[in-house]
Amino acid sequence: MSGQTLYDKLWQSHLVEQRDDGSALIYIDRQLIHEVTSPQAFEGLRIAGRQPWRVDANFAVPDHNVPTEREERSGGVAGITDAVSRLQVQTLDDNCRDFKILEFQINDVRQGIVHVVGPEQGVTLPGMTIVCGDSHTSTHGALGALAHGIGTSEVEHVMATQCLLQQKMKNMLVCVKGQLQAGITAKDVVLAIIGEIGTAGGTGYAIEFGGEVVRALSMEGRMTICNMAIEAGARAGMIAVDETTVEYVKGRPFAPRGAQWDQAVVAWRELHSDPDAHFDRIVELRGADIKPQVTWGTSPEMVLPVDGVIPDPALMDNAAQREATERALHYMGLTAGMLITDIKLDTVFIGSCTNSRIEDLRAAAAVVKGKKIAATVKRALVVPGSGQIKQQAEAEGLDKIFTAAGMEWREPGCSMCLAMNSDKLGAGEHCASTSNRNFEGRQGFGGRTHLVSPAMAAAAAVAGHFVDIRDW
Amino acid sequence: MKSFTVLQGIAAPMDRANVDTDLIIPKQFLKSIKRSGFGPNLFDEVRYLDQGEPGQDCSGRPLNMDFPLNQARYQGAGVLLARENFGCGSSREHAPWALEDYGLRCIIAPSFADIFYNNCFKNGILPIVLDTQVVDHLFAQMYATEGYELKIDLARQVVQTPAGEEISFDVDTFRKHCLLNGLDDIALTLESAAAIRAYEQRWRKQSPWLFDVIR
Repeated sequence: MSGQTLYDKLWQSHLVEQRDDGSALIYIDRQLIHEVTSPQAFEGLRIAGRQPWRVDANFAVPDHNVPTEREERSGGVAGITDAVSRLQVQTLDDNCRDFKILEFQINDVRQGIVHVVGPEQGVTLPGMTIVCGDSHTSTHGALGALAHGIGTSEVEHVMATQCLLQQKMKNMLVCVKGQLQAGITAKDVVLAIIGEIGTAGGTGYAIEFGGEVVRALSMEGRMTICNMAIEAGARAGMIAVDETTVEYVKGRPFAPRGAQWDQAVVAWRELHSDPDAHFDRIVELRGADIKPQVTWGTSPEMVLPVDGVIPDPALMDNAAQREATERALHYMGLTAGMLITDIKLDTVFIGSCTNSRIEDLRAAAAVVKGKKIAATVKRALVVPGSGQIKQQAEAEGLDKIFTAAGMEWREPGCSMCLAMNSDKLGAGEHCASTSNRNFEGRQGFGGRTHLVSPAMAAAAAVAGHFVDIRDW
Repeated sequence: MKSFTVLQGIAAPMDRANVDTDLIIPKQFLKSIKRSGFGPNLFDEVRYLDQGEPGQDCSGRPLNMDFPLNQARYQGAGVLLARENFGCGSSREHAPWALEDYGLRCIIAPSFADIFYNNCFKNGILPIVLDTQVVDHLFAQMYATEGYELKIDLARQVVQTPAGEEISFDVDTFRKHCLLNGLDDIALTLESAAAIRAYEQRWRKQSPWLFDVIR
C-alpha cells in the first residue's frame, strides 16, 4: 500500500463516519464567519430552534462591507453610510452576541480580512479542518490545514452539527522546482500555475503545492499561493508543515502554549505527504521560467508574462476559445497584438486576502519609496489586511512612504477586491490589482482588472503603465 | 427544501464557458440578509443595460435584448443549458438562490465548479453533467426549435428531448435521495450525533489545543 498524501492524512484524521455511497461525515475544527454569507445561516438555526454544536469552534469578523475610509470608519457600525451594508454588519454583531460567538468587531484593532486574521491570531492552526462561507478559505491550507469555502446552507450545517458531508477529492501535486528569479513573488508563481492548468484545472482536486520554490517561501507567500487555488478550480490548496510553519504559529494569541505546544508540534511534524504517496495528477513548473505575471482578460487563466503580447483570437482554432478571447478583449478594451507594457492604468489597488500582509506592503513600499505615482493614475489605494498589519506598517513608516507617493492609506477590509463597500472602479477604468479575480464587473460595473503582484502594482502606479519589475 | 422529481420546462441558453458566480449575481445584491428575492437580479450585469442596485424595482429597467432570457421564446424557462466550468469563483449561495428564485431548477453543462455544484443540491436545483458533444447537440436543437422543452426525470436519471430521445446522467445516490424527497441535511446528519460525539471525545484527547480556546 502506498503512503498517504497530506490531504489523505487530514481527511483520515477528521473522518467521523464513512458511508457506503462514498460520502463521508467530516469533523470541522474551525468555522470562520463574516457578515455576507452568515445571516441566512443564523436565521436557519433560529427557525429550527437549534443552537451551535460547539460555540468555541466558531470565530467571526466583519470584512466584506466595512468602509476603509478613516472618517466613515471612525463612526463604527452606526457610521456606515450605506444602510444595506450597515444592516448586514449590525446583523453579524447581533448574531454573534445572541449565539455567544467570539467576534472582532469593526473597530477592534484585531479586525481585518477573515483570511488574514485567522492565521495571524492563531485561530487557524496546522492540522485543522477549516471552513468559511468564502471561497478564499483555501488560504489557510498554507498552514498544513484542510481549508475550503462552503455555501451558506453548509455554514448552517456546520454550526448545527460541527460536520460536513463530503466526497473525498482527488490528489494533485503542483511542484515548483529550483529557484525564482529576483523580483518574482508568490503571486507570479500562482498566476503562472493557473495559466498552466487553467481555471478549471483543479476542479475535483485538493492541490498540494510543493517543490523548492514553495519550501523557500515565507508563510505570507504560501498563503498567497493557497489563496488562489480556487482560481484554478480547486476548493482546497495546502502546503506541508515545516520549520517556517512552526515558527510562524509560535506565540500567536490563540496558539497552544507550554506542554500543549510541544505536543502540538510533534503532531504537526507529521503533516506532509509520505515519499511514496500517490497523486492522481502531478504538475511541474520550473521556478526559473516564471516571469512577472499580468492578467489581460476576464478570467485568472487569461494571464501572460509582462513581456507578452495580447493574443489574437483570429489565430485560434478552437471556436469556444476564440469567442471567449474576443469577448474578453472587447470587455477589457484591448486589441490583439498590443504589448502588456502598453496597458495604461487609471487605478491601483494593493490589498485583499491574497496580498495585504506585511510582506506585501513592504514589497510595494520598497518600489514607490521616494517616487510619485503617475499623473495619469487617478487613484492608488493601499488597504492593509488587518488592524495589526496596519499598526506594524505604520511602525515601519510604510504608510508615510505610500502617502508621500500620492497613494491612499486605508483602514483594513476587503475593499476594492470585490467592491461591496464604496471602493469601486468606474466603468472602463483599468486597475492594477493585487487581488484574486478579474471577472467582469468584479471591482465595479464595467471595471477592468489586471491581477499582479504588489511590487508590479506599485511599479505600475509610478509608471502609469505595466513595467517589468525585474528592470525596476 | 423543495423536492425535485420530474421537471418539464423550456430550455434557455447561457452560451459561454466559465460563467462565474459574480456574473450570476453581482456583489451589491449580496448585502441582503434574506435568502429570497434574488431572481430579478439574476445575471444582472448582462441582463440589464444599466447598473442595478439592491432594493430597486427592476420592472422599469432597460433590458439587454441580446440576452436570451429577455427574449420572448425563452420566457418561463425552467432549464438552463450552459458550458464548461459553470459557477466558478465565489462560494456565494446567492447564485443558486437567484437561479431558483428566477425559476431555473435544472442546469445542464459539461462541467461545474465544485462549490457551486454542491450549493445547487441544497436548494432544490439539479445540476446535470453531460458530455460536451451531448451538450452541443442540445444547444443546436434548442436554437433550432422555438419553445424547445426538456423533461428531466430524476428518479430514472434521464433527460428527455421533445423527440423522445433519452439521455441518462449520473448523480450521487445520497444527493439524489435528498433532492427527490426535499430532505433537510441537518436533521439527517444529527441522526449521527452519537458518532460525532464519540469522534469529538477522541479528538479532544488527541488534540486538546483545538478546544475551548476561541471565546
